[in-house]
Amino acid sequence: MRAAVLVTTIRAEEKLLVSAFEARGITPDVILDRALNLDLTAGPEQIAPSGVPWSAYDVVFERCVSTSRGLYMLALLASWGIPTINSYATASTCADKLLTSIALTRAGVPQPQARAAFDEDSTLEAVEQIGYPAVLKPVTGSWGRLLARVNDRESAESIIEHRQTLGNYVYHTAYVQEYVAKPQRDIRAFVAGDRTLCAIYRTSPHWITNTARGGSASNCPITPELDDICQRAAQAVGGGLLAIDLLESPERGLLVNEVNHTMEFRNSSAPTGVDIAAEAVDYVLRQVRVQA
Amino acid sequence: MSHHATCPECDADVPVPGDAMQNELLACPDCGTELEIVSLNPLTLDLAPEVEEDWGE
Repeated sequence: MRAAVLVTTIRAEEKLLVSAFEARGITPDVILDRALNLDLTAGPEQIAPSGVPWSAYDVVFERCVSTSRGLYMLALLASWGIPTINSYATASTCADKLLTSIALTRAGVPQPQARAAFDEDSTLEAVEQIGYPAVLKPVTGSWGRLLARVNDRESAESIIEHRQTLGNYVYHTAYVQEYVAKPQRDIRAFVAGDRTLCAIYRTSPHWITNTARGGSASNCPITPELDDICQRAAQAVGGGLLAIDLLESPERGLLVNEVNHTMEFRNSSAPTGVDIAAEAVDYVLRQVRVQA
Repeated sequence: MSHHATCPECDADVPVPGDAMQNELLACPDCGTELEIVSLNPLTLDLAPEVEEDWGE
Protein backbone atom coordinates (compact mmCIF):
# COMPACT_ATOMS: atom_id res chain seq x y z
CA MET A 1 0.00 0.00 0.00
CA ARG A 2 1.49 3.28 -1.10
CA ALA A 3 -0.40 6.44 -0.24
CA ALA A 4 0.19 10.13 -0.76
CA VAL A 5 -1.35 13.03 1.09
CA LEU A 6 -1.55 16.12 -1.05
CA VAL A 7 -1.39 19.29 1.02
CA THR A 8 -0.95 23.04 0.83
CA THR A 9 0.51 23.16 4.33
CA ILE A 10 0.56 20.88 7.34
CA ARG A 11 -2.23 22.02 9.63
CA ALA A 12 -3.43 20.22 12.75
CA GLU A 13 -5.71 18.06 10.59
CA GLU A 14 -2.99 16.89 8.22
CA LYS A 15 -0.69 16.07 11.12
CA LEU A 16 -3.42 13.96 12.73
CA LEU A 17 -4.12 12.20 9.44
CA VAL A 18 -0.47 11.35 8.81
CA SER A 19 -0.24 9.99 12.37
CA ALA A 20 -3.35 7.89 11.75
CA PHE A 21 -1.78 6.43 8.60
CA GLU A 22 1.41 5.67 10.53
CA ALA A 23 -0.59 3.98 13.30
CA ARG A 24 -1.83 1.61 10.58
CA GLY A 25 1.67 0.83 9.38
CA ILE A 26 1.60 3.13 6.37
CA THR A 27 3.92 6.09 5.99
CA PRO A 28 2.31 8.30 3.36
CA ASP A 29 4.30 10.59 1.13
CA VAL A 30 3.34 14.17 1.90
CA ILE A 31 3.27 16.14 -1.35
CA LEU A 32 3.10 19.93 -1.32
CA ASP A 33 0.83 21.40 -3.96
CA ARG A 34 3.20 24.33 -4.41
CA ALA A 35 5.92 21.89 -5.49
CA LEU A 36 3.85 20.50 -8.36
CA ASN A 37 4.95 20.99 -11.94
CA LEU A 38 2.92 18.69 -14.14
CA ASP A 39 3.21 17.58 -17.73
CA LEU A 40 -0.41 17.56 -18.84
CA THR A 41 0.48 15.83 -22.10
CA ALA A 42 2.14 12.91 -20.34
CA GLY A 43 0.78 10.19 -18.11
CA PRO A 44 1.10 8.96 -14.54
CA GLU A 45 4.60 7.62 -15.10
CA GLN A 46 5.95 11.13 -14.62
CA ILE A 47 7.71 11.64 -11.34
CA ALA A 48 5.88 13.23 -8.42
CA PRO A 49 7.73 15.66 -6.10
CA SER A 50 8.11 12.72 -3.72
CA GLY A 51 10.51 11.11 -6.22
CA VAL A 52 8.30 8.23 -7.34
CA PRO A 53 5.96 8.02 -10.33
CA TRP A 54 2.38 9.02 -9.64
CA SER A 55 1.38 5.58 -10.88
CA ALA A 56 3.07 4.05 -7.82
CA TYR A 57 0.33 5.38 -5.58
CA ASP A 58 -2.61 3.19 -4.63
CA VAL A 59 -4.42 6.27 -3.37
CA VAL A 60 -3.93 10.02 -3.12
CA PHE A 61 -5.70 11.72 -0.24
CA GLU A 62 -6.34 15.32 -1.31
CA ARG A 63 -6.12 17.68 1.66
CA CYS A 64 -5.25 20.94 -0.08
CA VAL A 65 -6.50 24.06 1.62
CA SER A 66 -6.22 25.62 -1.82
CA THR A 67 -9.45 24.59 -3.50
CA SER A 68 -8.27 25.27 -7.06
CA ARG A 69 -5.07 23.28 -6.68
CA GLY A 70 -6.93 20.40 -5.09
CA LEU A 71 -9.57 20.29 -7.80
CA TYR A 72 -7.08 20.37 -10.66
CA MET A 73 -5.08 17.58 -9.09
CA LEU A 74 -8.17 15.46 -8.53
CA ALA A 75 -9.09 15.94 -12.18
CA LEU A 76 -5.63 14.95 -13.34
CA LEU A 77 -5.35 11.96 -11.02
CA ALA A 78 -8.80 10.77 -12.12
CA SER A 79 -7.69 10.97 -15.75
CA TRP A 80 -4.73 8.77 -14.83
CA GLY A 81 -6.95 6.25 -13.06
CA ILE A 82 -5.38 6.86 -9.67
CA PRO A 83 -7.89 6.51 -6.81
CA THR A 84 -8.41 9.70 -4.83
CA ILE A 85 -10.31 10.79 -1.79
CA ASN A 86 -12.52 12.56 -2.56
CA SER A 87 -13.40 11.97 -6.18
CA TYR A 88 -13.15 14.89 -8.57
CA ALA A 89 -16.89 14.68 -9.17
CA THR A 90 -17.72 15.02 -5.49
CA ALA A 91 -15.13 17.71 -4.81
CA SER A 92 -16.09 19.87 -7.77
CA THR A 93 -19.74 19.82 -6.71
CA CYS A 94 -18.96 20.62 -3.09
CA ALA A 95 -16.53 23.39 -4.03
CA ASP A 96 -19.33 25.36 -5.66
CA LYS A 97 -22.43 26.34 -3.67
CA LEU A 98 -24.51 26.73 -6.80
CA LEU A 99 -23.63 23.22 -8.00
CA THR A 100 -24.24 21.87 -4.50
CA SER A 101 -27.72 23.40 -4.48
CA ILE A 102 -28.48 21.85 -7.86
CA ALA A 103 -27.35 18.44 -6.60
CA LEU A 104 -29.37 18.72 -3.38
CA THR A 105 -32.48 19.80 -5.27
CA ARG A 106 -32.16 16.92 -7.71
CA ALA A 107 -31.97 14.52 -4.80
CA GLY A 108 -34.84 16.16 -2.92
CA VAL A 109 -32.66 17.04 0.08
CA PRO A 110 -34.09 19.94 2.14
CA GLN A 111 -32.05 23.15 1.94
CA PRO A 112 -32.70 26.85 2.45
CA GLN A 113 -34.33 28.63 -0.47
CA ALA A 114 -31.59 29.63 -2.90
CA ARG A 115 -31.40 31.60 -6.12
CA ALA A 116 -28.61 32.45 -8.56
CA ALA A 117 -28.22 35.66 -10.58
CA PHE A 118 -25.48 37.21 -12.63
CA ASP A 119 -25.80 40.98 -12.76
CA GLU A 120 -26.77 43.80 -10.44
CA ASP A 121 -30.42 44.16 -11.39
CA SER A 122 -31.19 40.46 -11.47
CA THR A 123 -29.34 39.89 -8.20
CA LEU A 124 -31.36 42.60 -6.51
CA GLU A 125 -34.50 40.98 -7.90
CA ALA A 126 -33.36 37.60 -6.55
CA VAL A 127 -32.74 39.09 -3.10
CA GLU A 128 -36.21 40.64 -3.05
CA GLN A 129 -37.76 37.34 -4.11
CA ILE A 130 -35.98 35.54 -1.28
CA GLY A 131 -37.03 38.34 1.08
CA TYR A 132 -35.20 40.17 3.86
CA PRO A 133 -33.05 39.25 5.58
CA ALA A 134 -31.30 37.29 2.85
CA VAL A 135 -27.77 35.91 2.71
CA LEU A 136 -25.42 36.69 -0.17
CA LYS A 137 -22.56 34.26 -0.64
CA PRO A 138 -19.82 33.84 -3.19
CA VAL A 139 -20.33 30.53 -5.04
CA THR A 140 -16.85 29.47 -4.00
CA GLY A 141 -14.98 30.16 -0.81
CA SER A 142 -15.05 29.09 2.76
CA TRP A 143 -14.62 30.11 6.38
CA GLY A 144 -17.49 32.58 6.09
CA ARG A 145 -15.48 34.73 3.73
CA LEU A 146 -17.56 37.50 2.09
CA LEU A 147 -20.81 36.21 3.54
CA ALA A 148 -23.27 39.06 3.93
CA ARG A 149 -26.60 39.15 5.68
CA VAL A 150 -28.69 41.63 3.75
CA ASN A 151 -31.35 43.25 5.90
CA ASP A 152 -32.91 45.75 3.52
CA ARG A 153 -32.90 47.06 -0.04
CA GLU A 154 -30.30 49.76 0.64
CA SER A 155 -27.75 47.31 1.98
CA ALA A 156 -28.58 44.88 -0.84
CA GLU A 157 -27.81 47.53 -3.44
CA SER A 158 -24.53 48.42 -1.75
CA ILE A 159 -23.31 44.86 -1.30
CA ILE A 160 -24.28 43.84 -4.83
CA GLU A 161 -22.45 46.85 -6.23
CA HIS A 162 -19.37 46.00 -4.16
CA ARG A 163 -19.41 42.41 -5.44
CA GLN A 164 -19.73 43.54 -9.04
CA THR A 165 -16.83 45.96 -8.55
CA LEU A 166 -14.53 43.22 -7.31
CA GLY A 167 -12.22 42.19 -10.10
CA ASN A 168 -12.62 38.45 -9.70
CA TYR A 169 -15.45 37.26 -11.97
CA VAL A 170 -16.29 34.54 -9.44
CA TYR A 171 -17.87 37.23 -7.27
CA HIS A 172 -20.11 38.34 -10.10
CA THR A 173 -22.22 35.21 -9.75
CA ALA A 174 -24.59 35.85 -6.89
CA TYR A 175 -25.79 32.99 -4.71
CA VAL A 176 -28.70 34.30 -2.70
CA GLN A 177 -29.95 32.22 0.16
CA GLU A 178 -32.84 32.44 2.56
CA TYR A 179 -31.71 33.54 6.03
CA VAL A 180 -32.67 30.81 8.47
CA ALA A 181 -33.38 32.09 11.98
CA LYS A 182 -31.41 29.32 13.62
CA PRO A 183 -30.99 29.03 17.41
CA GLN A 184 -27.52 30.67 17.63
CA ARG A 185 -25.97 27.47 16.39
CA ASP A 186 -25.69 25.21 13.39
CA ILE A 187 -24.70 21.58 13.04
CA ARG A 188 -21.67 20.12 11.40
CA ALA A 189 -21.84 16.39 10.74
CA PHE A 190 -18.97 14.22 9.55
CA VAL A 191 -19.73 11.52 7.01
CA ALA A 192 -17.48 8.73 5.74
CA GLY A 193 -19.20 6.82 2.97
CA ASP A 194 -22.42 5.39 4.35
CA ARG A 195 -21.65 6.25 7.97
CA THR A 196 -22.41 9.46 9.81
CA LEU A 197 -19.48 9.45 12.21
CA CYS A 198 -20.39 12.23 14.61
CA ALA A 199 -21.64 15.79 14.70
CA ILE A 200 -21.06 19.00 16.58
CA TYR A 201 -23.13 22.04 17.35
CA ARG A 202 -21.28 25.21 16.41
CA THR A 203 -22.57 27.86 18.73
CA SER A 204 -21.97 31.57 18.41
CA PRO A 205 -23.83 34.78 19.23
CA HIS A 206 -22.82 35.84 15.70
CA TRP A 207 -24.96 34.56 12.82
CA ILE A 208 -21.79 33.13 11.22
CA THR A 209 -21.07 30.11 13.40
CA ASN A 210 -17.93 28.69 11.75
CA THR A 211 -15.38 27.55 14.32
CA ALA A 212 -12.85 29.32 12.06
CA ARG A 213 -14.76 32.47 13.03
CA GLY A 214 -14.97 31.82 16.76
CA GLY A 215 -17.93 29.46 17.03
CA SER A 216 -17.58 26.96 19.88
CA ALA A 217 -18.02 23.21 19.39
CA SER A 218 -20.08 20.80 21.47
CA ASN A 219 -21.38 17.29 20.83
CA CYS A 220 -24.53 16.91 18.76
CA PRO A 221 -26.18 13.49 19.04
CA ILE A 222 -26.74 11.65 15.77
CA THR A 223 -30.50 11.20 15.63
CA PRO A 224 -32.10 9.03 12.94
CA GLU A 225 -33.33 12.25 11.30
CA LEU A 226 -29.84 13.78 11.25
CA ASP A 227 -28.30 10.55 9.99
CA ASP A 228 -30.88 10.29 7.21
CA ILE A 229 -30.45 13.82 5.87
CA CYS A 230 -26.66 13.57 6.09
CA GLN A 231 -26.61 10.35 4.12
CA ARG A 232 -28.94 11.77 1.51
CA ALA A 233 -26.86 14.95 1.20
CA ALA A 234 -23.64 12.97 0.90
CA GLN A 235 -25.08 10.76 -1.80
CA ALA A 236 -26.49 13.80 -3.61
CA VAL A 237 -23.01 15.27 -4.10
CA GLY A 238 -21.45 11.94 -5.07
CA GLY A 239 -20.47 10.53 -1.69
CA GLY A 240 -17.14 10.46 0.08
CA LEU A 241 -15.48 11.88 3.14
CA LEU A 242 -17.54 14.96 3.86
CA ALA A 243 -18.53 17.54 6.43
CA ILE A 244 -22.15 18.55 6.12
CA ASP A 245 -23.33 21.84 7.59
CA LEU A 246 -26.97 21.96 8.59
CA LEU A 247 -29.32 24.60 9.87
CA GLU A 248 -32.23 23.99 12.23
CA SER A 249 -35.20 25.81 10.78
CA PRO A 250 -38.00 26.43 13.27
CA GLU A 251 -40.48 25.78 10.46
CA ARG A 252 -38.84 23.22 8.18
CA GLY A 253 -36.53 21.24 10.47
CA LEU A 254 -33.05 20.29 9.32
CA LEU A 255 -31.78 21.97 6.16
CA VAL A 256 -28.46 21.30 4.45
CA ASN A 257 -26.50 24.52 4.18
CA GLU A 258 -23.20 23.38 2.69
CA VAL A 259 -21.18 20.24 2.04
CA ASN A 260 -17.40 20.43 2.50
CA HIS A 261 -15.01 18.05 0.77
CA THR A 262 -11.74 18.79 2.62
CA MET A 263 -13.16 18.97 6.09
CA GLU A 264 -11.54 20.62 9.06
CA PHE A 265 -12.07 18.68 12.25
CA ARG A 266 -9.45 19.71 14.79
CA ASN A 267 -12.11 21.02 17.20
CA SER A 268 -14.53 18.17 16.72
CA SER A 269 -12.88 14.99 18.00
CA ALA A 270 -12.71 16.13 21.64
CA PRO A 271 -16.41 17.06 22.08
CA THR A 272 -17.67 14.02 20.15
CA GLY A 273 -15.21 11.46 21.47
CA VAL A 274 -14.72 10.20 17.92
CA ASP A 275 -11.21 9.96 16.49
CA ILE A 276 -12.13 11.59 13.19
CA ALA A 277 -8.63 11.31 11.75
CA ALA A 278 -8.59 7.57 12.40
CA GLU A 279 -12.05 7.15 10.91
CA ALA A 280 -11.04 9.19 7.87
CA VAL A 281 -7.93 7.13 7.21
CA ASP A 282 -9.86 3.88 7.70
CA TYR A 283 -12.34 5.13 5.13
CA VAL A 284 -9.52 5.99 2.69
CA LEU A 285 -8.01 2.53 3.08
CA ARG A 286 -11.39 0.83 2.65
CA GLN A 287 -11.93 2.71 -0.60
CA VAL A 288 -8.61 1.54 -1.97
CA ARG A 289 -9.53 -2.05 -1.22
CA VAL A 290 -12.97 -1.59 -2.80
CA GLN A 291 -11.51 -0.03 -5.95
CA ALA A 292 -8.63 -2.53 -6.23
CA MET B 1 11.11 16.96 23.55
CA SER B 2 10.71 20.41 22.05
CA HIS B 3 13.24 22.43 20.09
CA HIS B 4 13.55 26.11 19.48
CA ALA B 5 13.85 28.27 16.42
CA THR B 6 13.85 31.97 15.70
CA CYS B 7 10.83 33.87 14.47
CA PRO B 8 11.77 35.49 11.13
CA GLU B 9 9.39 38.34 11.86
CA CYS B 10 10.34 39.44 15.40
CA ASP B 11 13.41 37.34 16.32
CA ALA B 12 11.59 35.76 19.26
CA ASP B 13 12.42 32.27 20.43
CA VAL B 14 9.74 29.89 19.08
CA PRO B 15 9.28 26.48 20.72
CA VAL B 16 8.82 23.72 18.15
CA PRO B 17 7.30 20.41 19.28
CA GLY B 18 9.47 17.30 19.06
CA ASP B 19 7.03 15.63 16.64
CA ALA B 20 6.98 18.62 14.28
CA MET B 21 6.62 17.95 10.57
CA GLN B 22 8.14 19.72 7.61
CA ASN B 23 5.73 22.42 6.39
CA GLU B 24 3.79 22.37 9.65
CA LEU B 25 2.27 25.68 10.65
CA LEU B 26 2.74 27.27 14.02
CA ALA B 27 2.29 30.70 15.54
CA CYS B 28 5.02 32.85 17.07
CA PRO B 29 4.16 33.17 20.78
CA ASP B 30 5.46 36.74 20.83
CA CYS B 31 4.16 38.45 17.68
CA GLY B 32 1.47 35.97 16.66
CA THR B 33 2.73 35.69 13.10
CA GLU B 34 1.81 32.43 11.41
CA LEU B 35 4.97 30.54 10.59
CA GLU B 36 5.89 27.48 8.60
CA ILE B 37 8.62 24.97 9.40
CA VAL B 38 10.50 25.00 6.10
CA SER B 39 13.29 22.75 7.32
CA LEU B 40 13.61 20.30 10.19
CA ASN B 41 17.37 19.98 9.92
CA PRO B 42 18.50 22.64 10.48
CA LEU B 43 15.29 23.77 12.14
CA THR B 44 14.19 26.80 10.13
CA LEU B 45 11.03 28.87 10.17
CA ASP B 46 9.67 31.17 7.50
CA LEU B 47 6.49 33.17 7.15
CA ALA B 48 3.56 30.88 6.35
CA PRO B 49 2.09 31.17 2.86
CA GLU B 50 -0.44 33.98 2.56
CA VAL B 51 -4.06 32.87 2.69
CA GLU B 52 -5.54 33.05 -0.80
CA GLU B 53 -9.10 33.69 -1.90
CA ASP B 54 -9.80 30.06 -2.71
CA TRP B 55 -8.51 28.67 0.56
CA GLY B 56 -10.99 26.78 2.66
CA GLU B 57 -12.56 23.39 3.12
